[in-house]
Amino acid sequence: MIDSIRGRSLLTLDDMSRGAMVEILDSAESFVEVNRRAIKKVPTLKGRVVASLFFEESTRTRLSFETAAKRLSADVLSLAVASSSMKKGESLRDTIATIDALGIDAVVMRHKSSGAAQQVKRFVPHVRVINGGDGQHQHPTQGLLDAFTIRQVLAERHGASGVETGSSLFEGLHVLIVGDIRHSRVARSDVAAYVALGAQVRVAAPGTLLPVDIGQWPVSVVDDFDEAIEWADVVGLLRLQRERGTGSFVPSLGEYTFTHGLTWERARRLKESAIIMHPGPMNRGVEIDSRVADLPAAVINRQVENGVPIRMAVLYLSVAGSVEGVDQ
Amino acid sequence: MSAIVIRQGLVIATSGSRVGDVLIRDGVIQEIAERVEAPSGAREVEAEGCWVGPGLVDLHTHLREPGREEAENVESGARAGAIGGFTALVAMPNTEPALDNVAVVAYVLERGARTPLDVAVAGAITQGRGGELLAPMAEMAALGVRLFTDDGMGVQNPLLMRRALEYAKPLGITLAQHCEDEQLANGGSINEGAVSGRLGLVGRPALAEEMMVLRDIELVRLTGARMHFLHLSTRRSVALVAAARREGLPVSCEVAPHHITLDEEACRDFDPVFKVHPPLRPRSDVSALREALRNGLVDAVATDHAPHAPELKDLPFDEAPAGMLGLEHAAALTYEALGGPDCDPSVFYQVLSRGPARVAQLRHGDHASRFSGHGGDLVAGEAANVTVFDPTERWVADRKALQSRSLNSPYHGREMLGRVRTTIAKGRLVVDRGELV
Repeated sequence: MIDSIRGRSLLTLDDMSRGAMVEILDSAESFVEVNRRAIKKVPTLKGRVVASLFFEESTRTRLSFETAAKRLSADVLSLAVASSSMKKGESLRDTIATIDALGIDAVVMRHKSSGAAQQVKRFVPHVRVINGGDGQHQHPTQGLLDAFTIRQVLAERHGASGVETGSSLFEGLHVLIVGDIRHSRVARSDVAAYVALGAQVRVAAPGTLLPVDIGQWPVSVVDDFDEAIEWADVVGLLRLQRERGTGSFVPSLGEYTFTHGLTWERARRLKESAIIMHPGPMNRGVEIDSRVADLPAAVINRQVENGVPIRMAVLYLSVAGSVEGVDQ
Repeated sequence: MSAIVIRQGLVIATSGSRVGDVLIRDGVIQEIAERVEAPSGAREVEAEGCWVGPGLVDLHTHLREPGREEAENVESGARAGAIGGFTALVAMPNTEPALDNVAVVAYVLERGARTPLDVAVAGAITQGRGGELLAPMAEMAALGVRLFTDDGMGVQNPLLMRRALEYAKPLGITLAQHCEDEQLANGGSINEGAVSGRLGLVGRPALAEEMMVLRDIELVRLTGARMHFLHLSTRRSVALVAAARREGLPVSCEVAPHHITLDEEACRDFDPVFKVHPPLRPRSDVSALREALRNGLVDAVATDHAPHAPELKDLPFDEAPAGMLGLEHAAALTYEALGGPDCDPSVFYQVLSRGPARVAQLRHGDHASRFSGHGGDLVAGEAANVTVFDPTERWVADRKALQSRSLNSPYHGREMLGRVRTTIAKGRLVVDRGELV
């Protein structure tokens, strides 16, 4: 169990304590304020070097991480996969060794293979590795920013600051995660975060899109999405990879919408206070009706916005290893 | 060839074991007695407190030659085998090109003949191991090949497997199957279960193996041909084969050292050194395999020694090739799985020598022409294939100390109990005091 990521890598939320998560959320709160300033930059990581290695395409997460690093005044080394020597047959190990030889403090990486971040950590044990998504395993900063967004929305309703509430607003909170749990690194990180913070989590998915070991997850399974709609305080939708909806896992995208899409009709049955989330990019009309995505209850843009302060907090705690000096 | 005397070991025989000396001369065992006179110039091998039994036989070795000599070749594999106490190896045919014709088989046999060990060959069932057209099994059988397999991938097509069995039956050969239905295995890289789901890796379900075991048992029933089941890894697979044997069907099976000593939890850190097909299973399967081994339901422990060059094991888990080294640690691991200090030495030699020698048809008389006899009791007149095992030595496995050309041992750093002290192959002292002579 990891009790703080200060000075450590961030590979998974699976083994992270509630205290460590709250520390990150609280730290992110102070960076929200930085992001609202006219000059959105603090010197916290000045002189530090963060390498950004995205072996799998991702515009959003990559921009979010690189923005976070730059706002902390870190130098960012960015490896574009298309032009990298990986294409020429260089191994992951040699690529990392080469980047490491340039002198780096941290690596932010995304890879299509589960466990790739953990392997890189083994190759360069002295470097902090921040997992920006590995295969179908984990996407820790997404889990953290989703938890952060929920806390922010609920704290505002209580007229309190997120920091004041700690993890109290998660106690007994009903979170329903809907969609392709089986192939989703976001689902694995979200479940770890929500459960660690004290929420009750249910999942709903077509039978083919549940992981085989779901019985051992700290969640309960809802066979019929419609029966859990009124229960939910938060509905977290997952992106359905279009190729899953061609008959291999689900007969058609239309049938998926029929059983598990957050349609207008279903959205109307949600609690008035319910929060609707989606990690993006959305398939409007498949997992979420276009009008539902634009409701005030849908906090999808806030999730994107919160990506920056969460990643600032993660980089800051991991690389600087101290909470002092945020406002210098 | 000079004489060798093995002094004061516990000589293990099916009829009972007793302490004594073993005199070896001209490649054969000459005398076994409480005390023998050493002829002048004889090498003395100290074996007090050790077991002295027939040389170990590995049914399942990937020697990688031809095609992958950077990972292993016949010579380095034979050295690793000798350190592991093996006096005979069966080279698997998934080389590049595959061992699917007499020319390549003869090449490997010739390379093997230059080593101190007996290196037999398993031929491919299908051309290029492609799973579509039968390989010339009769021609290879005429060269002495007795086992045939497409190991690495089982023969998927049930019609083709039926024909292969029908074709094999009159040739007196045994087909050996890697049992995994590749469609159900779905390109997975780890056992399907709690760990795969948690790690987000595609799993290979136990059912992929068991369905194929079940299918092939029924094909054996249909054809009457003999079948050997490679590296069974689940409780149910072993139970299915045991039930088939009770019915009198001509089946045999093996387990691999890693399936009786490691479980799926080892994969938690995504280290590809633990990736193998069939995958490491839950602990309950490990216990069941151990029990089956102790109860005589398993014919052999076979290493599935699978060297891979380091750069391949540095790939992400899902991209890395499956397989791990086994030859140099198999004896100690089998000892551990059989209960360590409670291990019955006759069972130890049964599963590492007698059983595999019978399956590979490497016993005295099976192969009068090419190979010496293996797996028999140590009696005067038998070929001098002898392995001395010290059940009390404690040591730590070290991948840097391996004879293999590769490093992909999952046991690096593991504390071991019991070690091969001496290997005598065809009357020649190859390993003594745990080191190559």
